[in-house]
Amino acid sequence: MAQLILNHLSKDFGSGKSPGNGRPAVADVSLTLRRQGFLALLGPSGCGKTTVLRMIAGFEQPSDGSISYGERRLSDAGGALPPEKRNMAMVFQSYALWPHMTVAQNVGYPLKVRGISGAQWQKRVGEALSLVKLTELAERRPAALSGGQRQRVALARCLVTQPDVVLLDEPLANLDQHLRKAMEETFRTFHERSGATMVYVTHDQAEAMALATDVAVMSEGRLLQVAPPAEIYARPEGRVVGGLIGRGSILRLPLAENGDRQLGWPVLRASLGSRDGVPVGPLADVLVRPEHVHRGTDGVLMRVLSSVFEGERFALDLALPDGQRLKAFSSVAIAEGQTAPFVIAGGWRL
Amino acid sequence: MTSGKLPAALTRTLSGVELPPVPHATEGGILKARPPRHGREGRRFGFRPQKPRAPSGEPAWLLPFVLGAVLLLSVLPLARLAGAGVSGLVDGEAARLIFEPATFAALRNTLVTATGGMVVSLFLGSLFAFALALTDIRGKLILSFAFMLPMMIPPQVTALAWVEMSGPASPLLKTLGLAPPLGSPQPLYSLSGIALLLGVQHAPLVFLALKAGLAASPRDGIEAARLSGAGPFRVFRDIVLPLSAPGLIAGGAIAFVSGIGNFGIPAILGIPAGIETLPTLIFSRLASFGAATFGEIALISTLIAAISAAGLLVQQHALAGRDYRLIGHSGARAAFSLGRWRIALEALLVSLLALVLVAPLLALVASSLVPAYGVPLTFDTMSLSAYAEILFRQAITLTALKNSLFLASAAALGLLVVTVPAAYLLTRREGALANLLAILMEIPYALPGIVLAVAFILTFAAPLPVVGVSLYGTIWIILAAYFSSFLAVSLKPVMSAFTQMDPALEEAARLAGAGFFRRMRDVLLPLIAPAAGASVILVFLIAANELTVSALLWSAGTQTLGVAIFNLDDSGSSDLASALSVLVVLLVIALMAALEFFAKYLPEGVLPWRN
Repeated sequence: MAQLILNHLSKDFGSGKSPGNGRPAVADVSLTLRRQGFLALLGPSGCGKTTVLRMIAGFEQPSDGSISYGERRLSDAGGALPPEKRNMAMVFQSYALWPHMTVAQNVGYPLKVRGISGAQWQKRVGEALSLVKLTELAERRPAALSGGQRQRVALARCLVTQPDVVLLDEPLANLDQHLRKAMEETFRTFHERSGATMVYVTHDQAEAMALATDVAVMSEGRLLQVAPPAEIYARPEGRVVGGLIGRGSILRLPLAENGDRQLGWPVLRASLGSRDGVPVGPLADVLVRPEHVHRGTDGVLMRVLSSVFEGERFALDLALPDGQRLKAFSSVAIAEGQTAPFVIAGGWRL
Repeated sequence: MTSGKLPAALTRTLSGVELPPVPHATEGGILKARPPRHGREGRRFGFRPQKPRAPSGEPAWLLPFVLGAVLLLSVLPLARLAGAGVSGLVDGEAARLIFEPATFAALRNTLVTATGGMVVSLFLGSLFAFALALTDIRGKLILSFAFMLPMMIPPQVTALAWVEMSGPASPLLKTLGLAPPLGSPQPLYSLSGIALLLGVQHAPLVFLALKAGLAASPRDGIEAARLSGAGPFRVFRDIVLPLSAPGLIAGGAIAFVSGIGNFGIPAILGIPAGIETLPTLIFSRLASFGAATFGEIALISTLIAAISAAGLLVQQHALAGRDYRLIGHSGARAAFSLGRWRIALEALLVSLLALVLVAPLLALVASSLVPAYGVPLTFDTMSLSAYAEILFRQAITLTALKNSLFLASAAALGLLVVTVPAAYLLTRREGALANLLAILMEIPYALPGIVLAVAFILTFAAPLPVVGVSLYGTIWIILAAYFSSFLAVSLKPVMSAFTQMDPALEEAARLAGAGFFRRMRDVLLPLIAPAAGASVILVFLIAANELTVSALLWSAGTQTLGVAIFNLDDSGSSDLASALSVLVVLLVIALMAALEFFAKYLPEGVLPWRN
């Protein structure tokens, strides 16, 4: 299995078509996917993540840069290997099941195109269908299936040919919450069994975190950061990534330059208290996760603006003495308007 | 697999800080050396000099094929006509011809009848459109279908039916004892008669133009206005009329243009009374084939084309930027409840339909059943001999039937060979070239058939360059003109099907490994099959009844059904003409009903009489 390499990939649709009036849809994205990795491409809608996916598939040609699979050049500005020659598979947002074929015919079509028929065809289609637990529905038409079942047919169609790369374009966007959880599980099994490199486009960061071995965050056509989920959660780069991944508040605090980026309570308390005293340094962005904020006697006094019960806990909206807002969790209810000391156990300088 | 820690070499953090070199980029610097504009510029027109293949997946022959077909069917004949028109202008022939009394009278008659027809169409069309789209009257589907029927009935049949309904020899009036005395003039053989029938024939066009807007738009707007305190008449004046103004203008313009180019109605009603319009003038000039004929008819058709183009521009302008689909959502519930007025409106609509549709058709049936001209129809006199005559004895009608069926099926099926690739191409491309192609395919249908026929005469009168055979006088010139004329009719359903298809369906097939022909056969063609079927039936329906083009292009042995009806009527065999017309109307109703039957499998906007 080779690596999928995106090298300075750019796509400019030309001035008229681009939604971001003139800015390229994708600008200078470089990325090497690890072997058999599961990469989630995360970003708000219009950030260029689907365009990257479509360039990998071969539906769009890059304006600049290149895409390679191992030693093989797939696309560059001069030409592109057509999608039908790439040995890739894709789950489309609309699932793209062919309505005139049965479930089995849909799943078996890639085999049919490759000239596989008869018993071999039956066997492989049967295996793919049993993996997604759809064996009984093999003779149904897509129109007679539910959303989740269609999704699984699309997945089985990807599975059947053992593709090098599987692309998933917001595959869970059209499903309800309950089905999403079940499908996430199916994707995970699928990834383990197939051994394919998977690229998963989503705007839902919880989904990205739950599934991927690596998360790539894009915004306005640019790639901002690539890291494993735990790392990108703990150590995001810049305000955009910090704001996009997980819940958290970004505070502007005076901090000493060139200090450690991982901040503990002593540093933060000094920084919070420095307002009336001597500033410690220039203002910097600090990301604070709500789970790191709790009540403590050695804390700084904060006012509770709102307290919303979320089931497993209360979500608090706090105001610092200087008016900056901070999110926190609490296991007990705290009356709105009350002032209490809170400790910020950890922060990350963006 | 644990995903906590992983080597930094495998995933790279790209916060705009530093980019470690990628092995491929440094190998020989291929990327830097390649001029980046090569790919983009080459692709725009598909003439990429050297492969590598673009990812669009459309084969290299597709664009040249479609381009060639459009050049042959649309550009070549129209350019030939424009050339003849321009040369007429240059040598001053045009001015002399237009101020010649006969031409001038024909021009005046054309404008008068087309304007009168437009007024009648606007009245009938808006009455039915407003009633069906805004009120709670019953039987909307059947009313709508019946009202659209005149559009699909060939104009010469409409004219014939009305002649049989009124006038001294009408079997219907005779049977009812209402006929005027023999020898009194037929009231329809007049300018106002022509205008009235043009109005009836083209009222569905106004109806469609209006209803397209009304059905989708104003319900939310109307309800909001009523909540604001406006009464029904106020709402109609302040909300409905302004919203439907573009539809009214566009519908009026298209009715006017259709009136300018109509040949069947003025041919049946005008020629006996010595009233010439521009299309009938072309026809009679061509019949009395003189030395200057080609130059003259080229000029007259250029004149018709110019008037039509002006009307079409008005229509385009009225419709520009109009997109009703964005306003509110349409619903089954009517905006106005009429209460006790409902029955009155229903009665009015039904009696109008009885007058303009049912009565003429009944008269047509009646006169096909009488044994001889002027005999009243009773159970004793009724006979089917006219049908026996045209179906079994008259060689001419049989030939016409055979010709029309051949022409219609060849055009309907043959056009798919052009329109399926063309629709595929047009839905996957954007930009100037695609727009130009779409317009070029639309023009031959938008122009009056008489203009197109003249363009084909001018193009194909001379022997073909290489083979040295002339198409003129053979059935092939009619087929070629049909190909050109109905290109847009055939294209539209297929185009709708491709446009409404999720592009991911084809992309999924590509990723499955299917090349162009493979995915055409396995995925695309099965999905557009219903629309292609509708396209075949529509073209067949229109082509089988066509008169205008074939009236100019036919010669002995190549007459069509339309020509046969016209000739039978012209030679006084009104019973045979009526019988043939009845068969044609039955064919039309059967084909329309067939389309209606599988309307639910068709993409939206395919059937011209549905919205």
